[in-house]
Formats: sequence, C-alpha cells, structure tokens
Amino acid sequence: MSEVREKLAYSEEHEWAEAVEGQIVRIGITDHAQSLLGDIVFVEFPELGASVSFGESMGSIESVKTVSELYSPVTGKVVKVNEALNDQPELLNGEPYEGGWIAEIEVEGSVEEAFGKLLTAEGYKGIIA
Amino acid sequence: MSELRRTPLFAAYAGYPGVRCIDFGGWELPVQFYGILQEHDAVRKQAGLFDVSHMGEFLVTGQYAEAFLQQVTTNDVSRLSAGQAQYTLMCYPDGGVVDDLLVYKLSQDQYQLVVNASNIDKDFAWLSDHLIGDVVLENLSEQTALLALQGPMAARILAGVTADPVGELAPFHFLYQAEVCGRKALVSRTGYTGEDGFEIYLDSGDAPHVWRELLKAGESDGLIPVGLGARDTLRFEARLPLYGQELSKDITPLEAGVGMFVKLAKEGGFIGRDALEKQKQEGLTRKLVGIELLDRGIPRSHYPIFAGGRQIGEVTTGTQSPTLKRNLGLALLETAYTELGTEVEVEIRGKLLRAQVVKAPFYKRTQTTGEGAKS
Repeated sequence: MSEVREKLAYSEEHEWAEAVEGQIVRIGITDHAQSLLGDIVFVEFPELGASVSFGESMGSIESVKTVSELYSPVTGKVVKVNEALNDQPELLNGEPYEGGWIAEIEVEGSVEEAFGKLLTAEGYKGIIA
Repeated sequence: MSELRRTPLFAAYAGYPGVRCIDFGGWELPVQFYGILQEHDAVRKQAGLFDVSHMGEFLVTGQYAEAFLQQVTTNDVSRLSAGQAQYTLMCYPDGGVVDDLLVYKLSQDQYQLVVNASNIDKDFAWLSDHLIGDVVLENLSEQTALLALQGPMAARILAGVTADPVGELAPFHFLYQAEVCGRKALVSRTGYTGEDGFEIYLDSGDAPHVWRELLKAGESDGLIPVGLGARDTLRFEARLPLYGQELSKDITPLEAGVGMFVKLAKEGGFIGRDALEKQKQEGLTRKLVGIELLDRGIPRSHYPIFAGGRQIGEVTTGTQSPTLKRNLGLALLETAYTELGTEVEVEIRGKLLRAQVVKAPFYKRTQTTGEGAKS
C-alpha cells in the first residue's frame, strides 16, 4: 500500500506539495507515482527561475521503460531544484517525500490559495484507492 | 477491446507483490516481478526465469519441409542437423521482414518454428500461402509453453532438475525429448539476453509445475522470475533485434545488421532474395548503429535524429543501459552518418541533444562457453 502523508497537499497528477516558508513550496511525486513508474533513472528539471503553471508540464521523469511528464502542482517561479537527483534519481523511488523532492517553487499569491486547488491527503487516498 | 490473453503461468504471477502486468500485443504479461533493474542484474550475474509462452510455435512436417523452409526463410536450413536450431528471417519479395524466428530441426522431415507472439496469425497465413508438396503446417502455440532460463548460473541450475546432459549442449543445439522437473521438454541452448542459457518448451499443462520447481531449485543460486521489461533491456544491450523496432516490413535484414543470417547464395533462392541482392549490390542507404547521448537525456524509440539541420534517421530502441549506466540507443541512420564517432543530434521533447555513433553490441559477456544469444 502506498504511503500518503497527512500534512501534504496533492495533485491529481500524483505530485505532492509542502509549504516550506513564506511563499515557498517544495514539490515532488507521490509514493504511488514512483511505484507505478518503477525504477527511475532520469529526471529532467525545470530551469531555475522558470515560470511554471498549475497543471502544466515542467519537466519529465524517466524510468527504465517509460517517460512521464512532470506537471507542476502550483503556479509560480522555480527557486531551487534538487541537484542530488542528477546522480541519484533512485531517491525518487526510495524516499519520494524526503530525499527525492524535486523542486522548490515560489508561488504566485498565497500558499493557502495555491493549495486550495489541490487535494488533501484524504482526497488523494480516494483517487488512488 | 477483446479480452487479453494469458499464458498458463498467469496464476503463478499473483504470488509476487511487485508484479505489474501490461497489455503486450493482446497478452496480459508481467513487465516486472520486483523491478526491472534488479531483474536485469540477476540475469547478468546469476540467473533469471522468463515466461515467454506467448511466443508462437509451428510444426512443419513433410518430405518437402526442408525445401519449403529454404524458400520462405533467409538462412540455410540445409546446414542443420537434427538437434540443431538456427536464427533466421522471413522476408517479403521486396526484402522487408515478415518476422524473425528460430527453426529447430526435429528430424529429416520435421521442423519447429518459433515466431513472435504479435506475428503468429500473420506468419501462419504467410506460411500457409507458400506451402509446397506434402508439407503440413500446424500451429501448436496454444498447447505449448516456453520458459527461458538465462544467466551464468543457468546451466548449473538446470543440471539440478534433469538427468539429461543439458550442460553439454552447444549453442543452438537442443535435446528434443528431455525431461525437466519430471516433465517432457524440448531444451535448447538459446536465448534472447546475451547470456548463456536455455529455452524450455513444455506442454502448457506442465508449465506451472516446472516454473515452481525451477524457481525452488535455483533459489540458492540467485534465480528470480524476470518480466518483459528486463527482457527488453537485456536483448537491447546485446543488440538483439526486436520485431517492430529494429525489424519490420519496412526494414530489411541487411539494414538491421543481421545480414549474416541471409544466405544470398543458397541453392534455389528464397522469397526476397532478389531485392536483398540488389540492395547489397547498390549499397545500403541506411544502417542500424549504436548511439550514445553526450548531452543529458535518454533516447527512446522513434525519436528523430538530425545532422546538418536535416533528419537522417530515428531511434529504434533506447534506454539507460542498466549494466553500463549509459544513455544508449539503437538507431537506423543514413549510411553517411554511421561511422563510429560521428556526431548527430537526437530530438527529445523539442530539444536537439548531442549524441555520437558508438559500437554495438553495448554488452558482450566475457565467458567463452555457450553462445546463449539469439544471434
């Protein structure tokens, strides 16, 4: 059974978002997503400073077998990416909610507003059940 | 949408919590049992067991069986002795490929053909249309299961469950009436992984028993079940072609680099011979080569390849090689760009990334015993 963490917000595209501080939100893919993808071998990040929009592609994640779009769960500007994933993409499989985080985004408007468009842990559990 | 077909081993997959099945040409088959990387690694270092029962088996019987197979396949069937198998292809008159297959010589007037699952109906129809003399063609795919035991420990594991001298089989040789785990089997020293190994043909009903017993017998040698995902990465590293990617009705065996299995000079010719002869005389306009990405990115099937601002070919198969951790592809390119070291560009999601032509196969095992691979 895939892990769903209570304090995070979730998109229907299987990304999670976590409020870090101020308008900064950290994002990644869910445990359910990594288990569907299988062994992840490559991450294509958004560029630092790039503008990303809710529900739009901001990069890709590749497993041995497949390529999947990485959709942004929020609208804003990329302020940090997890460079460790360049050498250790398997962190996405092993610890999707921790060492496998993908990027930090400074959201447009408030975090509350941004999370308003996302699912709660309960809601997300409902769509992967 | 018609219902997906299942092999006799479908029920046995259920015991693996990590198993994931996909629709593979109308068959519901496991893409992985644990994880593609782990399974790939097991086959390279220890052993893996594959259920490839979806493959098609035809029986060709008759005094004219050899003459018939000479006509419809590119390799020279007359070179086979009973107990020997060969990799070969069937071509259309224009040199495009109907399918690639194995031919097993069971006796002077009987052969088994092993064809790709997705081509069973097409191949059967094609062969039926070209029958000669007294030749009878039967489709045994339904009642035949096929397990592939592959990897450096394969011979040792198999020796533990049979009294037959399987370890003495030379590559591409087989025992027609062997017994494996107490069940009748045809055992050949063949495979599709680039490792030593065996393919074991069984009655469908015997497959679950042999599957279970083999896994039990091989457990201490690291044997695990392996899905189609690793089957693809293993054959890719060994540069073994896959029909639908490296081979198709639009790609000839010469272009795909399997010309050594095309015997243009064999007596009586074969379907497609004249077109292939002409292609050879005139020189190939495109060839299959290995490529490696120099920029960060992974080549994938059908990604276009450019040089000098013009498309010069496309990727046929690509992935990050699990053994080598390099981002590699097989690609069909215009001949002018096929020299080793030639720089080309692969279009990946709208961006042109640098790549260069590299040597393939990407992987060759170091042991000298038993050429397990299909080529």
